[in-house]
Amino acid sequence: MSEKNLVQTVHDTLFDEMKRDDRVLVLGEDVGARGGVFRVTMGFLDEFGEDRVIDTPLDECLIAGVAIGLAIDGMRPVAEMQFADFSFPGFNQIVQEAARIRYRSNGDFSVPMVIRAPYGGGVHGALYHSQSVEAFYAHVPGLKVVVPSTPYDAKGMLIQALEDPDPVIYLEHKKTYRLIKGEVPDERYTVPFGKAELRRPGSDLTVISYGLMHHLCVEAADRLSGDGIEVEVIDLRSIFPLDIDTVLESVGRTNKAMVVYEDNKFLGAGAEVAAQIAEHAMFELDAPIKRIAGPHVPAMPYAPTLEHWFMPSVDSLEQEMRKLADY
Amino acid sequence: MANGNGSSNDRHTELGLKEEDLVEMYRFMLLARYCDERQWGLNRQGKAPFVVPVSGHEAAQVGSAWAFERGKDVFCPYYRDLALTLVAGFSPKDVFLGLFGKKDDPSSGGRQMPAHWGARDRNIITGSSPIATQCLHAAGIALSKKLKRSDAVVGTWCGEGGTSEADWHGAMNFSGIHKLPLVLVVENNQYAISVHVSKQVAGSVHGRAAGYGMPGAVGDGNDVLESYKLTKEAVDRARAGEGASLVELLTYRHYSHTSDDDDRTYRKKEEVEEWKRKDPIPRFEEYLRSVDLIDDAKIQEMRDDAKTTVDEQAKEAEQADFPDPSTGYDNVYAERVEVR
Ligand SMILES: Cc1ncc(C[n+]2csc(CCOP(=O)(O)OP(=O)(O)O)c2C)c(N)n1
Ligand SMILES: [Mg+2]
Repeated sequence: MSEKNLVQTVHDTLFDEMKRDDRVLVLGEDVGARGGVFRVTMGFLDEFGEDRVIDTPLDECLIAGVAIGLAIDGMRPVAEMQFADFSFPGFNQIVQEAARIRYRSNGDFSVPMVIRAPYGGGVHGALYHSQSVEAFYAHVPGLKVVVPSTPYDAKGMLIQALEDPDPVIYLEHKKTYRLIKGEVPDERYTVPFGKAELRRPGSDLTVISYGLMHHLCVEAADRLSGDGIEVEVIDLRSIFPLDIDTVLESVGRTNKAMVVYEDNKFLGAGAEVAAQIAEHAMFELDAPIKRIAGPHVPAMPYAPTLEHWFMPSVDSLEQEMRKLADY
Repeated sequence: MANGNGSSNDRHTELGLKEEDLVEMYRFMLLARYCDERQWGLNRQGKAPFVVPVSGHEAAQVGSAWAFERGKDVFCPYYRDLALTLVAGFSPKDVFLGLFGKKDDPSSGGRQMPAHWGARDRNIITGSSPIATQCLHAAGIALSKKLKRSDAVVGTWCGEGGTSEADWHGAMNFSGIHKLPLVLVVENNQYAISVHVSKQVAGSVHGRAAGYGMPGAVGDGNDVLESYKLTKEAVDRARAGEGASLVELLTYRHYSHTSDDDDRTYRKKEEVEEWKRKDPIPRFEEYLRSVDLIDDAKIQEMRDDAKTTVDEQAKEAEQADFPDPSTGYDNVYAERVEVR
């Protein structure tokens, strides 16, 4: 057991998995000599060589398409999209190919690959280094989309992703990379997909979130505790499969639900969570479901004032939670 | 006409092809042609809503496919490749199971439109509708073969329209950089639906190879032996570890793009007629006659055989079962994921 930040955990886990299984290889832009722009593959080239640490041309369509071919032929590619915002040239390969290959071949072919992508805002990344992409991908049958928010989950879910027989989009919130630290066991373990984690018990309302927002929600909830408001906080961890049962069970006890996400509010992943609560637990609710999310503008402007305006904050969450508790 | 230069009557011996090869190649070309005729007939009867014709491309496909080693090499074809798919191991019945969308369609169990070929046991990689995506899968598989020190070669096919897609350029670039055991074949039939190659390709298709550091050959795709020759050189190169190649085969489709198209809106009748006179099948018959491999009686017999085979197998496929709707959720993921 040792304490690590999230990005170090991704590095260490991937390193260990590559040592363990020589079918695993990484490909992407700058993953070789540079060790990745976030240092996730630092030292990999020396350890595993050019065959398994592949600096690709600057072509995300290529990265995704080649990874699919590798997976079809029995390798376990981990493709890095340098920023989630730049995954879109590869969108066609991911959505039309990786996601659909099992279904369209009626199970004859499968694509066991992992696409890692740093995502999310609050890092002065402006319009093209801040985006949340989970809703695009989670909308597509055939893909799994996971967002570990702690180092413990980052390790267990990356190993799970490598063991998963289907394509997994593994999203790493850039702001959590160095901000979030935690204990990580040395031994190998998996964290199953489709199991949300109830991280903070409470009785007055349920807050559902994931990624960076989860940490902000916990902080806001802790503040309210002093005022006798106990907020239950659930970390979804996986957007698809979605563990709605854990959510419904909690909402059945607290009778109030708030969904928090950093993406644009309209049709973001939290919209599905809110819809499922409405569909399955309408009569348990003592207040309308509340969604806190990004405004409907391109995520997200650069100036600190504008960036701050875009992102939900601990202060704004605290206020909104209080309002819902008082409803 | 085909080998009218009279210099040599046994081009095939020079290419290392045996008489049995030639007869088999001819048989596959016939099977493809009769599959096409049958599927159009079924379309007119309202029994097959969607048909992708192959007629005109048989030499390019059978010739290029013949350069690969079945059972070892990997095929990443596109929708036009009915003849190629037969060489790679589909029976006519398999083709028609796909045409009707039947349960036992080897490509997809009736999930995809016809002509979206695939079968793991025949090393035909599942294909989709978006153009040229398969070229990158082929590059990935070729990389995997190289990493495994396998001597398998990967082939991928597309039309000249496909060479405009980023995926095709990515596959060229990546296989050029890594000297992958990949052969990219382009069946240039001058049209991408209605768009003429002059509006599709700046320069030439084969000329693009130079920019990716690989050889680019071009030849007569209506000549099955030339199609074989150019592809075989590329396959040999790939197998020897010398890297990827591009092969452009010039050909023409006899019919509309698909049964949903009307080629009279963009092709002149005279042009179509002119190309039908260059039909690859009579051309190959001419060659086979010239080397005394077949005579008119044998041609008739083989044509009748192929036609009967196709008709019988099409009928069997027509009588086969459709997939059960209860299987609709199968194979989205390895394990079913419920959405509430
Ligand atoms: C990405 C994409 N865009 C458009 C289409 C529609 N489409 C299907 S076939 C085709 C023309 C392809 O022509 P070519 O590559 O020359 O092959 P050919 O049909 O002539 O054999 C088009 C535009 C498609 N299937 N995929
Ligand atoms: Mg064409």
